[in-house]
Amino acid sequence: MCIKRVPDMDVRFKIGADNVSLDEAGLKFDINDFDAWAVEAALQLKEKNPGSEVTVISLGPDVVQETIRKALSMGADRGVQLKADKVPFDGLAIAKALAEELRTGAYDLIFFGKMSPDSSNGIVGPMTAELLGLPCVTAISSLQIADGKGTSKRELEGAQEIVEFQLPAVLTVDEGLNTARYPSLKGIMAAKKKPLEVKPAQLPPVQITVRKLELPAERKAGRVVGEGAAAVPELVKLLQTEAKVL
Amino acid sequence: MANIFAFVESRGSDVRKVGLEAVTAARMLADKAGGEVHALMLGPPGISARAPQPGQYGADVVIVVEHAALANYSPEVATATAADRIKSGGYRAAVFSTSAQGRDLAPRVAARLGVSVVTDVISFEIEGDSIVVRHPVNIGKVIATLAISGSPAVIAMRPNVITPAQNAKAGRVENAQPAIDPSSARVKVIETRQGGSGKLDLAEAPVVIAGGRGLKAAENFKLVEDLAAAFGNAAVGATRAVTDDGWRPHSDQIGQTGRLVSPELYIAVGISGAVQHLAGMRTSKTIVAVNKDKDAPIFKVADYGIVGDVFEVIPALTEAVREAKKHH
Repeated sequence: MCIKRVPDMDVRFKIGADNVSLDEAGLKFDINDFDAWAVEAALQLKEKNPGSEVTVISLGPDVVQETIRKALSMGADRGVQLKADKVPFDGLAIAKALAEELRTGAYDLIFFGKMSPDSSNGIVGPMTAELLGLPCVTAISSLQIADGKGTSKRELEGAQEIVEFQLPAVLTVDEGLNTARYPSLKGIMAAKKKPLEVKPAQLPPVQITVRKLELPAERKAGRVVGEGAAAVPELVKLLQTEAKVL
Repeated sequence: MANIFAFVESRGSDVRKVGLEAVTAARMLADKAGGEVHALMLGPPGISARAPQPGQYGADVVIVVEHAALANYSPEVATATAADRIKSGGYRAAVFSTSAQGRDLAPRVAARLGVSVVTDVISFEIEGDSIVVRHPVNIGKVIATLAISGSPAVIAMRPNVITPAQNAKAGRVENAQPAIDPSSARVKVIETRQGGSGKLDLAEAPVVIAGGRGLKAAENFKLVEDLAAAFGNAAVGATRAVTDDGWRPHSDQIGQTGRLVSPELYIAVGISGAVQHLAGMRTSKTIVAVNKDKDAPIFKVADYGIVGDVFEVIPALTEAVREAKKHH
C-alpha cells in the first residue's frame, strides 16, 4: 500500500518565507489517517490469507522512513522509500513515480488512503490505477474479497453504491472501513529488522506549480446573542434581517 | 477561440445540481476564452429528456450517452467516454465536480489524457497558457494558488461555490455511444441505495443543522431533525464523536475526515467546535452555535451564538422558525 507522512492539522499554520511552502518548524508529523486505515485493511487480509506479503511504499525525503517504520511496526513486511527531496503538489507526477515501482511487484491489491489532509486533492490512487491499467474503486467503507473478486460500499451524497470489482485492483480507503491498530512493543522491535529499500523516485516534470500559499481571511468575530431560550426571538430576527437566511 | 468541456453529473435519470454548477463554471471559462461549452451526460434510457437542462445553464452542445447499463454510475464507461471526447474535441479545459462521483472520475480521465487535475477548486482565472486556480489545503487552514500548465486543464469545482446560472443557449443535442462496451467493465456498481426519500444532501442543502455530543444520546437527534423539518430546506449532519459512537452513520460526519459543507446557514447544536469539525464547515456563510459552555471554541467561528441548554433552546428555535416560515 502507498502511504504519506502528513503534518498534524491541529495547529495554526505559518507560511514559509518563500510564500509557496509551509514553515515546518514545530509541526508534528505522522501517517495520514486514511493511509493508516489502508494499512489496517491490508494487514487484515494478510491475516486471513497466510503466505501473503504486505509491502508499504512512501515517496519523499528520508524522514518518510519513520512513517514506513510505523506501518512495518503495525505488521507490514517490507518497505520501499521512493526518495525525493520533496513531495510535489502534482498528483500525476507522484502517481507516475509510484506506478513505476508498483509495476515491478505482482500485487493482488494496491491500497491508498482516499486523500491526504495536507494537499487535499485525493487523486493519486485513481491516477495510479489508470496508469497501471487496473480496476479501481475509490473511497471504500467496506470490503469483502472472495474467489478473485471483491465487493465494496462507497458513500455518496445521500446514498451508497455497492461495487463489485475484479482483482488485481487499486482501492482507496474512506473512514469507517476499520479502526487502525496501534503498533505493539513487539511490533516496534520487529520493525527495526524489517527490510526498507531506498530507491530514487522517477518523478517527471510537474504540470502544477504552487504560486502562493496564504492564510484564509479570519471570520469576523461573532457575538453571543443571549442566554437560553429567551434569546431565540433575537436570533430569529438577526437571521431574517441581518443574515437574510430565514 | 477555445472550447471548454463540462461533465454533467447525474444520478439515475436526474441531473445533479453539481452538474449544472460545472456547466456554469465551464460557461464562465468559455466566455473568457471566447469559445463554446460542450457538456457530456451519461445515463439510462430517458436521460435525454434532461438534455435541455445543461443548455439552459450555458452549454452550446449537449452530448447525451444513453445506455441501459448506465442506470448506476460506471467508472470505466464514464472515464473512457469522457476521455475520448475530450481528446477529440481539443478542449482548453475540462470541468468536473468535487463530489463522490467527480472525485472518482476526474483523476481517471485526467490520467488517461496525460494531464494532472486539481479538485476542490474555489475560483479560477485564465492567465496566458495557464489556468490559475485557488484550492484549500491543510483542511482549509491554508489556501493555495496553483498554476496548471497541462492542456487541457482538468479541474473539479467545490460544490456550492458556483451558483448555477441560467444562460440559455440553444444547447444543440448530440447523441453518442459509450466508448467501451459496458458489459466489459471490470468495476460494476450493482446497486445505488438512496438515503431516506426526499432527504436533502448535506453538500447541496442551503441549511445544515449539525448535532454533537451535547445532545447526550442518539434519540435526541430528533431535536435536530425537527429543526431541519421546520426549515424545510435543511439537511442533518453530525460530529465525528457522534458518528464514531454510532449515533449517526459515518456518511453524516462533517469534518476533516468526513463531509465538507458550505451552506447559507449552519446551525451547530451541542457542538464544542473541535478543529477536525471546524475543517468541514468553516466556509459556511452564516454560522449559528447553541452550546451550554460559553467558552466552547465553536463560538469563535459562530456569527451568532446562544449560550444555553440545547434541550430548551432548540425546541424554542424550532417553534420560532416554524412561525417565521408560515408568514412567508
